Amino acid sequence: MALEMTTDTESAMDTTISAPPAVSAEGETLKMRGRDVKVFYGDKQALHGVDLDVRKNQVTALIGPSGCGKSTFLRCLNRMNDTIDICRVEGDILLDNDDVYDPRIDVVELRARVGMVFQKPNPFPKSIFENVAYGPRIHGLAQSKADLEEIVASSLQRAGLFEEVKDRLDEPGTGLSGGQQQRLCIARAIAVSPEVILMDEPCSALDPIATAKVEELIDELRQNYTIVIVTHSMQQAARVSQRTAFFHLGTLVEEGLTNDIFTNPKDQRTQDYITGRFG
Amino acid sequence: MKDHIVSSFNEELKELAGRVVEMGGLAETLVHDAVSALLRQDRELATRTIAADRRLDNMQAELEELCISVIARRQPMASDLRDIIAAMRISNDLERVGDMAKNIAKRTLAIESEFNNKQLAVGVEHMSDLALEQLKAVLDAYTSGDLEVVQRVHLRDDEVDALYTSLFRQLLTYMMEDPRSITMCAHLLFCAKNIERIGDHATNIAENIYYMISGNQLPADRPKTDELADSSAV
Repeated sequence: MALEMTTDTESAMDTTISAPPAVSAEGETLKMRGRDVKVFYGDKQALHGVDLDVRKNQVTALIGPSGCGKSTFLRCLNRMNDTIDICRVEGDILLDNDDVYDPRIDVVELRARVGMVFQKPNPFPKSIFENVAYGPRIHGLAQSKADLEEIVASSLQRAGLFEEVKDRLDEPGTGLSGGQQQRLCIARAIAVSPEVILMDEPCSALDPIATAKVEELIDELRQNYTIVIVTHSMQQAARVSQRTAFFHLGTLVEEGLTNDIFTNPKDQRTQDYITGRFG
Repeated sequence: MKDHIVSSFNEELKELAGRVVEMGGLAETLVHDAVSALLRQDRELATRTIAADRRLDNMQAELEELCISVIARRQPMASDLRDIIAAMRISNDLERVGDMAKNIAKRTLAIESEFNNKQLAVGVEHMSDLALEQLKAVLDAYTSGDLEVVQRVHLRDDEVDALYTSLFRQLLTYMMEDPRSITMCAHLLFCAKNIERIGDHATNIAENIYYMISGNQLPADRPKTDELADSSAV
């Protein structure tokens, strides 16, 4: 049974390689595509048919007032909404050409491809090393102990944390500062070589210096990964993203180049929100 | 447009706009007075104009400081950001307009010979009327947000340029006819150039207002014919 499951998953993934990647009008590769995405929490509809593309190797920021549906949309991208019983998702979410909600997709596999970093740093109550090693180990990414050590070191390096923790890898991850913990979580996310990293307000619990380090990191990670970030800080969205999507009342109001959104938004609601005139 | 949730931010933006309008009024007065002083050989008015320009300079410095402080404290976005940037640029242009007026006033004091050529006086006056009209139109548009006026001003700058070109030729002729008039004519030529540049600043302001309101650059469809190209002097 388990073996069949794997084969099916693989065949679903196989189509990815053969089909050409979708591209935007400007010729940029679309890593993820949301089409007419509707989300219900019980009777309440949280998203009303959202069409949104995520471009490869770019940072896409989702902004909007609380309850606008931006986090809900983010959580659709790697099926984090599955954990909520009353949550129902309609429409299509495509990762390359794979339907994320295809029943044959292995959700654990999917979340390795589409990793996530949360608002509050949430390291496992284990050592720094184990925090990063856990993912590669369960996904069988390391052939040997040396291999695993290499993955842990390089992930910590890419997360800009290695220099700070290299002498105390066996100390608990929870003993680090907030900013270090968040970078540890980012290292943990990238240890399984994801294609997309979702970030849900990754800096809202951090001080400005730690925030700057994470933002610098986001910019570096963009070379190798596609990033979608939900943020309440408009300045942060403006600083880190190439494209910005503004959500309001469960709809996507406007999406475009970050530069355009923050200097010359097309929609009055976007204008009112980003200039602090809402409500 | 709706008000900001933070009302003190609203107040600051209003304050900025108010100061731009005030600077505009003063700049207009300076130009008007400087040209009157020149045409009537009113040395007393010229002296006052020179002194008044300092006030405009101070206003510009204060406005710029306020803009920087608002940017630093509020991190403005979208139309707010454009408003502030436009206020800063427009105040810069107005400050330069004041400098042009001051220069005309200084030349008024320098011209010692009698300014008695009616034809030249009419030419300078006509030019300054047109430049002032342009300046007034953009300053009104700054308050009203009328993009049509802005575009019209942008297109009409050619008229000021053409008047300058014809005045330039006239002055050359006088200088060739009577070398004793060279000093006065040279001063007048610079005055005319100053007025022409006031027209250019009005055009700049028009462009900034267009950007402030629409978020786009004013389309550059203005045919720029360089009528001085063949006379080998600018």
